[in-house]
Amino acid sequence: MKNNIALTRYDKNKPDIAWCPGCGNFQILRAMKLALEELNISPQQAVVVSGIGQAAKTPQYFNVNMFNGLHGRALPVATGIKLANPELVVIAEGGDGDMYGEGGNHFLHAIRRNPNLTHIVHNNMVYGLTKGQASPTSQIGFKSPIQSVTDMPLNPIAIAIAQNASFVARSFSLNINQLKNLLKTAIQHEGYALIDVFQPCVVFNKVNTYQWFQEHTYDLPNDYNPYDREKAFQIAIDEHNLALGIIYKNHID
Amino acid sequence: MQKKIKDISIVIHGAAGQGLKTIELFLAPLLLQHTGFYVFSTSEYMSRIRGGNNSVEIHVSTSPVLAFVERIDLLISMNRFNIDHLCDRITKNTTIIADHSLIAEKHSLIQIPLLDNVQNGNEKTIPNSIVIGIVLSLFAISPTHYIPEIKKYFSKATANQNQQSIEYGYQLTDKLCEEKKLTKYKLIATTAKQDHLISGAEAIAAGAISGGCNFVTAYPMSPGTSVFTHMAKAARDRPIIIEQVEDEISAANMALGAWYAGARAMITTAGGGFALMCETISLAGMIETPLVVLIGQRPGPATGLPTRTEQSDLNLVLYAGHGEFPRIILAPGTPQEAFQLTQKAFNLADKFQVPVFILADQFFLDSLYCTDVFDLTQKIETHIIKTDSCYQRYQLTEDGISPRGIPNYGDGIVCVDSDEHNETGYIAEDKKTRITMQNKRLKKLESIKKYAYAPTFIGSENFTFLVVCWGSNYGVVQETLQQLNTTSFAMLHFAQLYPLHPEAKKYLHQAHKIIMVENNSSGQFDSLLHREFNVRSDHLILQYDGSPFSVEGLTRQLQHISNEK
Ligand SMILES: Cc1ncc(C[n+]2csc(CCOP(=O)(O)OP(=O)(O)O)c2C)c(N)n1
Ligand code: SF4
Ligand SMILES: [Mg+2]
Repeated sequence: MKNNIALTRYDKNKPDIAWCPGCGNFQILRAMKLALEELNISPQQAVVVSGIGQAAKTPQYFNVNMFNGLHGRALPVATGIKLANPELVVIAEGGDGDMYGEGGNHFLHAIRRNPNLTHIVHNNMVYGLTKGQASPTSQIGFKSPIQSVTDMPLNPIAIAIAQNASFVARSFSLNINQLKNLLKTAIQHEGYALIDVFQPCVVFNKVNTYQWFQEHTYDLPNDYNPYDREKAFQIAIDEHNLALGIIYKNHID
Repeated sequence: MQKKIKDISIVIHGAAGQGLKTIELFLAPLLLQHTGFYVFSTSEYMSRIRGGNNSVEIHVSTSPVLAFVERIDLLISMNRFNIDHLCDRITKNTTIIADHSLIAEKHSLIQIPLLDNVQNGNEKTIPNSIVIGIVLSLFAISPTHYIPEIKKYFSKATANQNQQSIEYGYQLTDKLCEEKKLTKYKLIATTAKQDHLISGAEAIAAGAISGGCNFVTAYPMSPGTSVFTHMAKAARDRPIIIEQVEDEISAANMALGAWYAGARAMITTAGGGFALMCETISLAGMIETPLVVLIGQRPGPATGLPTRTEQSDLNLVLYAGHGEFPRIILAPGTPQEAFQLTQKAFNLADKFQVPVFILADQFFLDSLYCTDVFDLTQKIETHIIKTDSCYQRYQLTEDGISPRGIPNYGDGIVCVDSDEHNETGYIAEDKKTRITMQNKRLKKLESIKKYAYAPTFIGSENFTFLVVCWGSNYGVVQETLQQLNTTSFAMLHFAQLYPLHPEAKKYLHQAHKIIMVENNSSGQFDSLLHREFNVRSDHLILQYDGSPFSVEGLTRQLQHISNEK
């Protein structure tokens, strides 16, 4: 991964990164730095709020205001920050366990409350930091040291559209350019914006690999209309062909 | 004929939904303003929206009153069937006004048709308004005083009907007085010097506003909600953000985020809700971000008695959160103290970057007290600095307090981390950093101690028995000791529970016997005094039935202790 090229004022000098080589998190980190830089947002103005997990370490590795709080609790913290100072660009970031498991209630209610912030979820369908247990998005049949998953995976995109979330997108970390552009649109969007990012965990998820994501995802066509909620919902519940792009928006910016 | 009195306890009894709260809020200020008496009022209600047995006690006196009394001089019951739950408090001196003959079978009473919705002119009567009329008549408060109040407490649609019912009750009572079946009350005192009536909850809300609070989060839970409600009301014409959130965990995290970004936030809750916040309290300790939490205590464990009072969450608050970090716990005993200490809570949180708890209880929050005008000399102190490009959030300093920056104010960036972290705020796992940072956080306690609020000592210096109390028991201990009227008892009230003011030791060591008065079943503050000062109470007076101590009850217990030699 080309992760150490000094690109922006967001780059930190030699961060001691605790991620495994080849992890999708590197691509997400890079896309975030690029997106913020291209939007000409200063590191002083941006705040990244994260929970606990491998994904939640992201703000440790670049030069930006950071609130690295508790597992599951990034969204309420981010909402408090945004309410207290609306001029800040606020991003809540964490893993699938963090945001959909421990913080699941906050996810539902952040959609209702619709704060003007960006919600990035690194979805590797596994608990990385705690070494490979199933997560709420692990698929049926996924095997871990603890379990062979029998529970239905949580579908964050469908939940968000069902709740008429303001902005719902999905991306794949390998496609840095698409992710960067989605991040820029999400940051500029007025209101709550979810980006669920497929992020291969090369160590603990041997099922949902780079290849698996490549085979199971497709880009939404250029003429796709994200304002059609029913169509968006149909796309969201298709569990075989996983759409990437802005799947739903409830208003025109 | 008028009865000359010094002190009268009026109890109004009824079911949920009959408007007892309105009676209390209507009568208490009128009595204060137009009789010259001091007024204190406290209510007890069940956790239900309709029915049941509730009551409000309005205590009117020629000297300041801050406590619940058992005695009932005048009982007015709107209950159709019985007044059984008040039986223990009724004596031959109690005047009972009620409606129904079922009650009359057991007690001699003056019957007034409260409940039958009598046709009165062209309207039917309303029970709670008749009750108001009865009391107004007994205190000879004139229509010119009470009529302007009606539209404040009753809706436009019913105001006319309410007024007619008040007049109906008033005239009936006047007539009963002429017939010498009832007696009017006449004051023998000069006018009350404290002419503001305020609930504990309002005093705390006022303190928060004066402390610069501009952000409040909560998930509703009695009795903390009353403060949340007052803050929401205040926010209508002030720049205060009010957010009712999905759960207490969210409330705590949102408030912490707000402080991080420069707001002054408060959370309101009760013990059960606070239990859910404990992980976030620990986060506040770790990231050294200020936090103010109001906890209204009620009897536990679990849901306990949702509408009653207790002082059993001291240990919860004292030990809340995993790991070790400094904190401040305040427990005001009077409205004046509630105002001042809540205001101070924001300054302390900001200065020391620690969580500050205001530990109140249902009795204190919901009771109405007379008070002096609040002292407004204390100023809002903020300790936010403008950052430079080399800013380090956890810069090591002499006293452990690092200058606190906020995002986008200056050239620096502000990094806070729930992991152990270095001075910049980034995750660090080496032993040296760990020890340095843990020592830095703990060191703040030394400075915090210098700002501790001293306990209040009342009594003669030659006391034998020291009655120790905290929080809402200020009033009942003070009144009880006044009645006992002996130099052998003195009182020591703590409004700051942690860290303790060192001066307290002097009184504790001087006492021949220490008597601890607490509304819980294990003596939590007694244990804390033991832990901190190595002193132990000789007697524990504990009450945990959900009700506040009464002056009579405490008098009996203290007399019993002083008699046993
Ligand atoms: C309250 C609490 N419970 C459990 C943990 C332990 N824990 C840390 S990260 C994590 C799950 C990580 O999974 P995910 O959020 O998907 O992040 P990833 O590591 O996969 O990026 C768990 C269970 C914790 N830190 N806090
Ligand atoms: S454990 Fe998985 S998610 Fe974590 S850094 Fe390694 S590859 Fe990435
Ligand atoms: Mg994960």
